[in-house]
Amino acid sequence: MPPATGGGLAESELRPRRGRCGPQAARAARRDVAAEAAARSPKRPTRGSRRFEAAGRWALLALVTLLSFATRFHRLAEPPHICWREVQRTEESSPKDFSSFCLFFSPQMLIGLAGYLSGYDGTFLFQKPGDKYEHHSYMGMRGFCAFLGSWLVPFAYLTVLDLSKSLSAALLTAALLTFDTGCLTLSQYILLDPILMFFIMAAMLSMVKYNSCANRPFSAPWWFWLSLTGVSLAGALGVKFVGLFIILQVGLNTIADLWYLFGDLSLSLVTVGKHLTARILCLIVLPLALYTATFAVHFMVLSKSGPGDGFFSSAFQARLSGNNLHNASIPEHLAYGSVITVKNLRMAIGYLHSHRHLYPEGIGARQQQVTTYLHKDYNNLWIIKKHNTNSDPLDPSFPVEFVRHGDIIRLEHKETSRNLHSHYHEAPLTRKHYQVTGYGINGTGDSNDFWRIEVVNRKFGNRIKVLRSRIRLIHLVTGCVLGSSGKVLPKWGWEQLEVTCTPYLKETLNSIWNVEDHINPKLPNISLNVLQPSFPEILLESHMVMIRGNSGLKPKDNEFTSKPWHWPINYQGLRFSGINDTDFRVYLLGNPVVWWLNLLSIALYLLSGSIIAIAIQRGAQLPAEVAGLSQVLLRGGGQVLLGWTLHYFPFFLMGRVLYFHHYFPAMLFSSMLTGILWDTLLRLCAWGLASWPLARGIHVVGILSLLLGTAYSFYLFHPLAYGMVGPLAQDPRSPMAGLRWLDSWDF
Amino acid sequence: MWGFLKRPLVVTADINLSLVALTGMGLLSRLWRLTYPRAVVFDEVYYGQYISFYMKRIFFLDDSGPPFGHMVLALGGYLGGFDGNFLWNRIGAEYSSNVPVWSLRLLPALAGALSVPMAYQIVLELHFSHCAAMGAALLMLIENALITQSRLMLLESVLIFFNLLAVLSYLKFFNCQKHSPFSLSWWFWLTLTGVACSCAVGIKYMGVFTYVLMLAVAAVHAWHLIGDQTLSNVCVFCHLLARAVALLVIPVVLYLLFFYIHLILLFRSGPHDQIMSSAFQASLEGGLARITQGQPLEVAFGSQVTLRNVFGKPVPCWLHSHQETYPMIYENGRGSSHQQQVTCYPFKDVNNWWIVKDPGRHQLVVSSPPRPVRHGDMVQLVHGMTTRSLNTHDVAAPLSPHSQEVSCYIDYNISMPAQNLWRLEIVNRGSDTDVWKTILSEVRFVHVNTSAVLKLSGAHLPDWGYRQLEIVGEKLSRGYHESMVWNVEEHRYGASQEQRERERELHSPAQVDVSRNLSFMARFLELQWRMLALRSDDSEHKYSSSPLEWVTLDTNIAYWLHPRTSAQIHLLGNIVIWISGSLALAVYSLLSSWYLLRRRRNVHDLPQDAWLRWVLAGVLCAGGWAVNYLPFFLMEKTLFLYHYLPALTFQILLLPVVLQHISDHLCRSQLQRSVFSALVVAWYSSACHVSNTLRPLTYGDKSLSPHELKALRWKDSWDILIRKH
Repeated sequence: MPPATGGGLAESELRPRRGRCGPQAARAARRDVAAEAAARSPKRPTRGSRRFEAAGRWALLALVTLLSFATRFHRLAEPPHICWREVQRTEESSPKDFSSFCLFFSPQMLIGLAGYLSGYDGTFLFQKPGDKYEHHSYMGMRGFCAFLGSWLVPFAYLTVLDLSKSLSAALLTAALLTFDTGCLTLSQYILLDPILMFFIMAAMLSMVKYNSCANRPFSAPWWFWLSLTGVSLAGALGVKFVGLFIILQVGLNTIADLWYLFGDLSLSLVTVGKHLTARILCLIVLPLALYTATFAVHFMVLSKSGPGDGFFSSAFQARLSGNNLHNASIPEHLAYGSVITVKNLRMAIGYLHSHRHLYPEGIGARQQQVTTYLHKDYNNLWIIKKHNTNSDPLDPSFPVEFVRHGDIIRLEHKETSRNLHSHYHEAPLTRKHYQVTGYGINGTGDSNDFWRIEVVNRKFGNRIKVLRSRIRLIHLVTGCVLGSSGKVLPKWGWEQLEVTCTPYLKETLNSIWNVEDHINPKLPNISLNVLQPSFPEILLESHMVMIRGNSGLKPKDNEFTSKPWHWPINYQGLRFSGINDTDFRVYLLGNPVVWWLNLLSIALYLLSGSIIAIAIQRGAQLPAEVAGLSQVLLRGGGQVLLGWTLHYFPFFLMGRVLYFHHYFPAMLFSSMLTGILWDTLLRLCAWGLASWPLARGIHVVGILSLLLGTAYSFYLFHPLAYGMVGPLAQDPRSPMAGLRWLDSWDF
Repeated sequence: MWGFLKRPLVVTADINLSLVALTGMGLLSRLWRLTYPRAVVFDEVYYGQYISFYMKRIFFLDDSGPPFGHMVLALGGYLGGFDGNFLWNRIGAEYSSNVPVWSLRLLPALAGALSVPMAYQIVLELHFSHCAAMGAALLMLIENALITQSRLMLLESVLIFFNLLAVLSYLKFFNCQKHSPFSLSWWFWLTLTGVACSCAVGIKYMGVFTYVLMLAVAAVHAWHLIGDQTLSNVCVFCHLLARAVALLVIPVVLYLLFFYIHLILLFRSGPHDQIMSSAFQASLEGGLARITQGQPLEVAFGSQVTLRNVFGKPVPCWLHSHQETYPMIYENGRGSSHQQQVTCYPFKDVNNWWIVKDPGRHQLVVSSPPRPVRHGDMVQLVHGMTTRSLNTHDVAAPLSPHSQEVSCYIDYNISMPAQNLWRLEIVNRGSDTDVWKTILSEVRFVHVNTSAVLKLSGAHLPDWGYRQLEIVGEKLSRGYHESMVWNVEEHRYGASQEQRERERELHSPAQVDVSRNLSFMARFLELQWRMLALRSDDSEHKYSSSPLEWVTLDTNIAYWLHPRTSAQIHLLGNIVIWISGSLALAVYSLLSSWYLLRRRRNVHDLPQDAWLRWVLAGVLCAGGWAVNYLPFFLMEKTLFLYHYLPALTFQILLLPVVLQHISDHLCRSQLQRSVFSALVVAWYSSACHVSNTLRPLTYGDKSLSPHELKALRWKDSWDILIRKH
């Protein structure tokens, strides 16, 4: 990772058209890095001093990186037990289950790989937070996360350096991030966030770098940074869907860039076309290819069946080894007398199910319950029969008769011999639908047991094909459609899902089913391999399941979730480990000094930014130096502010469960903004007071006091991240006693 | 000075006859047979009950929108002399003779009728031709969905009216800006923009979308103004200040005014009281005020109180206990302390009374003078009817095993001592020495031994607990949550030492005298917050639809069916207009992007003024469509076709704009232009024809035969009711 393009600065001055790090900005920045005495003199620094300066930059970068690594790896092994979400993460990455199917992918692979390499044997059963790791080697996994987390600081440093061309701004940003207890805590555990933030920052850095290469399009560094942006985007999206926001940011930046190029009449349309193609290649095609490739690897590695199978469709399961659908051979077309299981097409609904329990008193008719159930069970088996005869169709004297689209059938529950039945009673939970029950004795019921079977996708002809045909069951008497509402029944229904008959004939996946298992001794079995879904279908389906799984996340018992407005004000932390005063406690909370400084900076930025923008719009003639600084503020700061906005405000629209740690990507951007803002403001101050003899000192003193202030606050709050034992903070004997500045903090 | 006498007094009136004719036709189409059907149609059942509340001055809470909309409808009722006596319980019910149907439906119908000439004005102000303006108005006139919606006691037409008014007055203002800033008409139109915007927001929250659009347009124009260096700084500042006052301050003030009138009008307690806080309820006439009037303000040791949970979810309830004990073993095999149950009970009951006891003394009466309880004091809470004290201990709660069980302590003489000391924390205190006040103070009870906090878990206990709500001691009190906060609702100073006497005292209502009032702002904030926080369970409705179905009119709503014949009213649009509106939008966006790209390469297809006109029309009309439509994709509530109507009106405004543009700039020769005009006329006649064909479903005045109804079902997804005989 090369440091800031120190040498490139001088050249950027020659560039007439790009304003983003335009001449003024460069001039302003060079003033800082060059010998201060030479500030206004036209003479350039000598060759030797430049080499010296470059060495200084490298040294500073090394120092920042080293400090970051040191803070992240310090006391990494503590606590030697599971903290918070580590349960979920380690579970999915443990090599024993490595090949069983799970809902999340590449980050687990990375962590899993790290665990594998460091000798973690996967035999540890991750149960609940607080379990001891004992002899299991978890350091590899934690170390991997800490390693990625440590890179955040140098990345932010380089980004700010490139945006503002000012070492002091970059240093301030680096200090804010290094000394933030929240970032530190989050990087020390086996979580997805350090990985996600690593990719986000990498994408941001390479985007900024390639922007500053814009004067040399199609050169090697230009291609390098452009494709690196694409790679990082793929990584970010692969970790979590929050990665979409950085994609949005890069996309907006690219569109603005192209729009600018398009308006440049000195460029021919062919050149603009080349630019467009290069960006499509590097920012769309490359990430997509990488993303799909990770998925392909994921599917190859995770090819065994596991406990999450029921969430996936029948066709999907067929490709998991160990699943009963894998390499199974079953009869292809449905015939009367077949024993089948019926699966809802909507993800995570499950199989049509019934059992020997009645609906309780007061809830519709007191007949046998019909539900959907996610797991495989004998009670999921149904026999398909003709509506008018009760004779056994498996009698060898009868010819095989296939079920066809539009046939009137009866579904008999195999274990209890009751018919699938519906009537004009309201369903238990969805009051506007009709209740579905099991009715009749040994298959003899009434006309409310008759259903018309319809195939929705009739490309396989009128017969009903196992797994592939999408069928609807329409109740003959009431005309309603069998469906599952997806709502969980109360205890009396064993917390299975409600099945209803909907009078609204709208086509939703909730009312479409497919046949999964199929037993019929009179029919020849065919191999199911031909039915395997294609890779794009698998891709699509696993994404649907992930999205549904994400939005269906419920807060765990006894867990406080937080609201987005809590986050920037650092209102409430997250308890990682330990409750009582004898426990080893880790509490995820941002360093309040850093966070409140960030919050203040955003307000200050909006204020100063609009003042400058209005001044420029009014046509005020700014001195060259101020103009340069305002460019840094408006352009560099604007980019970062956009990043913060994109990573923060969408959460207000999300219905899912939100936690404090969702704010951290936005917090990175916010810290970068703080760095840029304070540096620029102090420089403007120093410029404004130039007549005053101590004016130069203002900038140095200001930056130094901010650096030392954050460092001192880190010294105060470091026990939050590194863990604390002893009395709680309410107790005056505690070392943290005076530091509980908000009542809502709970350490 | 007397000059005016020297000249003759002349009044010249410019009457735009087409405008008059349009208004006349609009009134005719909207007001014709307004009282038919004389029955509750669709959502009238919903709005009607609020009108009745207004007539009876009973407080209600409705989360669907701010009160201005309901007030507009109620104004109709007031003018018609409606007494509010009608049972709004079922769609299709016949109105009784005391319901002034005509005046109730008049205001929405007027608003709908006036939208027609307003569309004309808007297109004219956008500097398009008279012909295009006529086209826009005529399209509004024959749009069946708009007619249906305006002829009933519903709010969409009023919302559309104010949306259009906001756009129109902003355009008028903007056109004044060029030649006569700060003139009287400039001020008038600017203020009217703000007023119309806030009225739109006041009718439905949806109005916010148009308001935001107007703000954005005004901000862009103001930004250009800042860049105009011919103006002095002071002048620019005045311009900005005037806009800020008219577009930000006036709407806020008006919005507050709506609530102010709402709260002035509704001063009686009613069915929605329970949702509001005790303090709010006490400010209403009747209801809680009757009980709390005259209660002592300061809670003292020995006070008898009922404690209401501030969170009040799933239902508002009071801390309660009764003789029954927790079952020895729960269904899932866990054990309990087998002590007396403590629950939260959603009804008033004598078992809700608790006595605040000083742990240091034995008496349960208030000493004289009363010793008030302060923040941080240690108290015991003694249940009035059973005289057992509130207790919690390290036993898992029945339904929330992470929390502690709360019980009333029974001394079984086993090694489980009473832990019944609680520390009182006043959450909304001014200082640390604050006194615990009835109704006003929100307090937490922190258990002294375990620092658990008394909390309503929200779970319903099983049958052994009579399905009352579970109370727990929350060990991990992370921050403030309303479910841990309580307030005293009923309160009196206990005077009887004897248990019998005390029981009698508890049964009798409390009396003494202190009055307390909430300020308007406090009431407004609470009401607004409750309205936004109230989540009606989003149930599937038979006629609910998704936004994607709206653009192509794949759905309809059956509003009303005649009880005997098959005359029926549907919300069903003029499909020609809907489809061509969407086409116009697509054409507009394609053409705009084409022009934009060409301009970027310095090819100017349009003259500058035509381009500016095209952009402004697009921003207002296409933008108006987008802001009124796209947000619905993010909403989780139940959506209906009528939510699309505001967006549709903007689309209708865009249609003639695009047509005129094609004729002016894309038709090269006179011949092409004539052919195009002929096509437009043919298209408009087909729209008229469709409108006329669907008329029986719009007005519901003609009973069609099943065969004719089937013929009208042009799309399979349309749900037209056909009687089976």
